[in-house]
Amino acid sequence: MMKRNECLEILADQLSDDAIVVAVYTTAFDWIKIRPSPLNYIFTGAMGLASSHALGLAIGMPERRVVVLDGDGSLLMNMGSLVTIAAQAPKNLIHFVAENGTYEANGGHAIPGAGNADFAGFARAAGYASASEFSELDDFQSGLGSLLQAEGPVFAGLKIEPGPPPEMDYRMMHGAQIRDDFRAALK
Amino acid sequence: MSDPGPAADPVLGASIIRAVKSAGIATVITVPDITTSDGLLRPISNDGSLRHITVCKEDEGIGISAGLSYAGKRSLILIQNTGFLDSINAIRAVGVEYEMPICLMVGLLGKQAGEAPTEARNYGVRIVEPILDAMGIARALIETENDVALIAPAIEAAYKTSRPTALLIGQSPGAE
Repeated sequence: MMKRNECLEILADQLSDDAIVVAVYTTAFDWIKIRPSPLNYIFTGAMGLASSHALGLAIGMPERRVVVLDGDGSLLMNMGSLVTIAAQAPKNLIHFVAENGTYEANGGHAIPGAGNADFAGFARAAGYASASEFSELDDFQSGLGSLLQAEGPVFAGLKIEPGPPPEMDYRMMHGAQIRDDFRAALK
Repeated sequence: MSDPGPAADPVLGASIIRAVKSAGIATVITVPDITTSDGLLRPISNDGSLRHITVCKEDEGIGISAGLSYAGKRSLILIQNTGFLDSINAIRAVGVEYEMPICLMVGLLGKQAGEAPTEARNYGVRIVEPILDAMGIARALIETENDVALIAPAIEAAYKTSRPTALLIGQSPGAE
């Protein structure tokens, strides 16, 4: 088991500055502290939609890397997106799923199938170009570089410990300023 | 009683597609709907000048369309009224609260030609317009060739003002 912050710090070290990162809920609030950037797209609106927003961004901007930092509970709300993404086959999309087995932003309750559902298996079966999972930080650190270079869609499940949610500023997440900043950063 | 004059011709799928393209739509995101199946969806799926993205569930389309719009790409989401109802939360968050130009084209299942949507037999059709009104989403009913003129301005307005719009397909478009 890994800690989410440790995974995100490794990712931030290796990710190019012009990559768009679509992140959800507790992961999003951790991520924006580790990698502050107007290219952080944390305004997905409805739970589960991160992978769909990312697909639109990836199709619309094929010259950029689009990284999704999804959650297991979130992805369960939009499992069909795995099939849609695989069918569209964006080469520039990398889909990480933080697997902590809980709805961390909603009280830490267990997700259905916690510990049993095989998310990398779902992605592989849906037709992603590659799908893997990591439960040890050293393995993630050594494997991340090739993941970021690989032709997508790439999926990686990150087995992480559940933890207390970080401080979450929903007013900022849903406010207009962060969307305006994102638009400006794309120009 | 005065003569109502000749009835307008039923809308053709080809007319809708021309209007949509004239408004800069290059991508159509769909879940099949029997109302629009033959006259609209089938020609769209065979149209090499449109990118056709088939999704498993309608609310995926809301996220995809939002992502595309940040990239400067215009898209249309073609679904059934049931899919609209299923996507309300995504439309609420992304379209209305985030003020994104989400363009919906919604087939009204089982509505009879000339009948107001609010008078349709199908409850799921009757509530569409009141829901759109409650959400403050612009709407237009498309069921005759005369209505085709409403399509491009609605899409242009959605992108100009960055607000959602709904084009309701009130009867099966004819196939040419």
